[in-house]
Amino acid sequence: MGIRLEVNGREIIAEKGETILSALSRHGMHVPTICNLKELSPTGACRMCVVEVEGLENLVPACSFPVEGELKIKTHSSRVLRARKTNVELLLSNHPDDCLYCERNLSCELQSLAEHLHIRERRIPGKKRSGGIDRTSPAIVLDPAKCILCGRCVRVCGEIMATSTLDFAGRGNELKISTSLAKTLDESNCTACGQCLNVCPTGALTENIQFPGLEPHLSDPKALVMVQYTPAVAVSLGELLGYRPGTDLGKTIPVLLRRLGFDFVVESSLGADVMIMEQAAIFQERKGQEKPYPLITSSCPAWVQFCEMNFPELLPFLSPLRSPAQITGILMKERFAGQLMHGKKRVISVLVTSCTAAKREAKSGEMTPQGIPVIDFVLTTRELAKMIRLSGLDLEKLQSGETEAPVMIHGYAGKLTAAAGGEAECLTRSIYRQETGSEMDPSKLQRFRIHKSYREATVKTGKGSLRIGAVNGLAEAVRLLEEIRAGRTQLDLLEVMACPDGCINGGGQPLRAREQTLRARTKAIFDLDNGAEIRTAHHNPDVNRLYKDYLGQSGGETSRSLFQTAFTGRKDN
Amino acid sequence: MDPDKELLLRLAQTDPSGLGREEREHLALLSRQVLEQPLIMVNSTTSGMVAGAGETWRAVEHYLEERNIGAEIRETGSIGLLSEEPVLSVQLPGRTRLFFRRVTADRVPALLDDIFHMVIPAELVIGQLPGNRQETWSDIRNLDNIPFFALQSRIVLEHCGIIDPFSLAEYVGRGGYSAFLSVIRRYTFSEVCNLVIRSGLRGRSGGGFPTGLKWKTAADTPSDQKYLICNAEESDPGAFTDRYLMEGNPFQLLEGIAIAAYAIGSNRAYIYIRSELKDSVKRIDHAIRELRNFGLLGDNILDSGYNLQISLRKGPGAFVCGEETALIASLEGRRGMPAPKPPYPTATGYLGRPTVVNNVETLSNLPGIIRKGPDWFRSIGQKDCPGTKIFSISGRSRITGLVEVPMGTTFDVIVNKITGGVERGRELKAVHVGGPLGYMIPPALMDLEITYENLKKHQLGMGSGGILVLDDRTCVVNMVRYFTAYVDKQSCGKCIPCREGTRRMAEVMERICSRPADEPDQSALDRFRGVLEMESLSGVMKDTSLCGLGQNAPNPVMSSLKYFREEYEAHVFDRVCPSNICTQLRSWFIDVDLCTGCSICAKRCPAEAIIGTPRHPYFIVQEKCIGCGICYEVCKFSAVYYK
Repeated sequence: MGIRLEVNGREIIAEKGETILSALSRHGMHVPTICNLKELSPTGACRMCVVEVEGLENLVPACSFPVEGELKIKTHSSRVLRARKTNVELLLSNHPDDCLYCERNLSCELQSLAEHLHIRERRIPGKKRSGGIDRTSPAIVLDPAKCILCGRCVRVCGEIMATSTLDFAGRGNELKISTSLAKTLDESNCTACGQCLNVCPTGALTENIQFPGLEPHLSDPKALVMVQYTPAVAVSLGELLGYRPGTDLGKTIPVLLRRLGFDFVVESSLGADVMIMEQAAIFQERKGQEKPYPLITSSCPAWVQFCEMNFPELLPFLSPLRSPAQITGILMKERFAGQLMHGKKRVISVLVTSCTAAKREAKSGEMTPQGIPVIDFVLTTRELAKMIRLSGLDLEKLQSGETEAPVMIHGYAGKLTAAAGGEAECLTRSIYRQETGSEMDPSKLQRFRIHKSYREATVKTGKGSLRIGAVNGLAEAVRLLEEIRAGRTQLDLLEVMACPDGCINGGGQPLRAREQTLRARTKAIFDLDNGAEIRTAHHNPDVNRLYKDYLGQSGGETSRSLFQTAFTGRKDN
Repeated sequence: MDPDKELLLRLAQTDPSGLGREEREHLALLSRQVLEQPLIMVNSTTSGMVAGAGETWRAVEHYLEERNIGAEIRETGSIGLLSEEPVLSVQLPGRTRLFFRRVTADRVPALLDDIFHMVIPAELVIGQLPGNRQETWSDIRNLDNIPFFALQSRIVLEHCGIIDPFSLAEYVGRGGYSAFLSVIRRYTFSEVCNLVIRSGLRGRSGGGFPTGLKWKTAADTPSDQKYLICNAEESDPGAFTDRYLMEGNPFQLLEGIAIAAYAIGSNRAYIYIRSELKDSVKRIDHAIRELRNFGLLGDNILDSGYNLQISLRKGPGAFVCGEETALIASLEGRRGMPAPKPPYPTATGYLGRPTVVNNVETLSNLPGIIRKGPDWFRSIGQKDCPGTKIFSISGRSRITGLVEVPMGTTFDVIVNKITGGVERGRELKAVHVGGPLGYMIPPALMDLEITYENLKKHQLGMGSGGILVLDDRTCVVNMVRYFTAYVDKQSCGKCIPCREGTRRMAEVMERICSRPADEPDQSALDRFRGVLEMESLSGVMKDTSLCGLGQNAPNPVMSSLKYFREEYEAHVFDRVCPSNICTQLRSWFIDVDLCTGCSICAKRCPAEAIIGTPRHPYFIVQEKCIGCGICYEVCKFSAVYYK
């Protein structure tokens, strides 16, 4: 049932109960918003989307006003524009004027709002906010001075990630975003998932930038600089360099990285393949036991930390493996570096990833045996794009003209780990082979690739069957885990990814990805798998060579000591 | 004198005319028309306690004990004369009750001596309260004939200050709970709704939304559970209506809540009260327990099949929690921040269920409306705005206190007639109505009849009903500065126009009222600009703020700019405070005849604005002076003065 709305003299049809904003945007009419996030409940805080509705005394926020009857709306009358402009001016009145030095310069929503509303004069003077910057976390920097208190991070952190690390504190003009009891981010219960960075409109929440520290090493002839990048980076880096979402740069990136000065390049999917081999072995061990079963994956560092803090009783269910990036990092330093030293004095290991939690993971005591980190620098997709822009490399020329590709090692099935449900899928392929001795037809799990926060499937393995599940988004995971705790869902294997849609939507990815973008990235990952010749970890020749020459048996002594760790319950970081 | 449960309930349910002789006798005892021994009542509400009612109480006790006099001593609420506290009333068997003002502990023995010898000290007596079967005192005025009471229509405050707030029996004895019992016995949910719609009762918290219609929306929303919330989060400085209703007559409020809950078909009600209102909490808490004991709350009330639970919830004391959506958020255990409306709480409120939020005064009106009928209610006040409104009068008024007048009464009647205007020799400068979000009203508008529509026509409002009387010793600009600073502190910070706007407004007001040490040449222009910007800023704040706090925050500024512009101009351009209140704007001088040239002022001046040679009169350089007044304080010869 449609309801007629007269918008700026034009008629549009809205559905009963939807908000004015959704009706407008469906008809291609743009109203600026700050606090609004499509997936989350409207708060009506920023007052940027106000419109004039005939018969109502005050302007109303389009984001929360439900259409219940016919309305006459003006979206850009001078009264509305004046209101929007004044509100942006109010935000600017105490905002630090350091755009040129800001991490979000040119990608800041406040900046572009000020530009769109043509603010050219400081009409409302005010005392500038300053101080209170929190750099304690290896992953996330919180600068309250730049915060415009839209509350997006608060809602993402609470409603989607279920961690509620960030919330409002104080009143009125003293209102600020804070952790509970004003702890530092490092000491708080932050999992460093970085979802807050992706929604922050200004430079209030940014990643802890590491690439400037890396640069001197790249030009140092005495350092062997090894780099790995995750498959999620390969399918999303292009967005920052002018390509369509979902463009796979997997072939270009190794060349690019070599040109940037890295000596050795590997895709983290190699570690993912190794992890799958190990995990299949662990599954074999645990199968048939009463507990700890089902097996829950441990490849997502944010999830592992969340579990340690909130579900310590589930820790025995977790696979004891480190994350694929860390496994790759261990292989780089323990195995490959020795073969490549050629008189170099130091080894620098770098990870380029979509994950901000990896920054924290790399600095944690677990991953720095004897104080020496397995991975020295962790860069996000965004940071890599910055390095590329800084280098002045022309990607088009590289792609067509470059022939001297470096020795390239990567995983096959492991690429799937970038997408939600992917790890469970490729793990199933290996377990199937283990159980039945024959290969599984990958198309059996086509249904498992639906775009949902929780998916489940059953695979027949000869006489038995395997019930797998994959959940993404921590809030969704909490709901599921409560069910598991209550004994409602019977699973053999559960994949948990902290970020909604998995690694392709990590905290280090191109900012504020829309749903289509996320779908395009996911599709690119699945397309890569569909088109690949080798689609299982156990058929990866590089992996098999590794096991033959170095690791021995999967689940054996060597790999156990290298790749397994222990998780411990705790209150916060 | 506590009656047994059954008798009390029978009394409450039956029309007095249908009672037997013995029961009528009992009723007279309950309502204290007939006494067995002398009764002394001390106003133990906040205002009384502040004025020393605690000591008065102990003095009375001591007096009675020492002289071995058999008399009853009871607590009561306030009759509204807050500036005359501690108020004490005495009723001797067979005589009308007498009220006395300012009965501090030291006055107790003499006063009681006199009364027990049938002598009434004229300087302390306020008046007598006429009653059935009671002999009047000669030469003592009836309360109704005193100007303060004569022009009031006390229908909600009727029993405040007269009955014991801890005694359900006394409330029932005076007709209490007959309304609720007739409601659950005789009416359906929607009939009660319609009754209140017909009465024309409107919300007393400032918005003036028809109460019955609000109920109807909630009643018509299908849901498994509905909630009624009584908003007792009264935090405006200068508003104390709800507090005195709760302290003076808690049972009336609880009866109103029960009626409202029944009308919307809810069996769960909450009273959200500011935790600082300790005396109110104590009385309401006691009243709820008492009602449970008597079976007037709980499951299957008096076999009617209707269940009702009322719980008291103490709020942390934030001004914004008086806004209904913020109140609900706070009640749910979340941060007290308002949510956008629509959806209104009547559709999705507490825990997502239909919820009606009514304020204390609105709910306290209900028992009367039900008992005497909607037509009776309509006969009071104005046609579109029936009933009364209680105002809390404070400031430079001769009498401060609570005043209940019919809607449509003018400010002039309230401020000049009822509370006696400002002190002799002073002039009324303005009345500020509605607390920090209220309006400055000039003397020229004193003849305005107070109704929601009438005030709105003049872009004014009554808010929660606090009236602050200001005489010529007040600086309007400084007063507004205080309000803007208050609102700035109380904004929840959620929406931009309120969070940033209130701070900017407070900053501008601060700048107008103060004198910085080194003022650049442009500053007069900046101040002027600040005022101009403030006007346009106010418009946007009104237009776009999320809740009433932000929308009304500019009210004091806007109304004072409109009616007291010349005071702003004096502050901004001449840097003078006409009322000499803004200390920083005072001009300081040294009297050459008194100055001995001791040089202490020059030594202590933080701005080095005082020059001279020792043993000769000193001189203040006006351009350098920051108006701190230190010279005035340190001068041993009173030679420093200000204009």
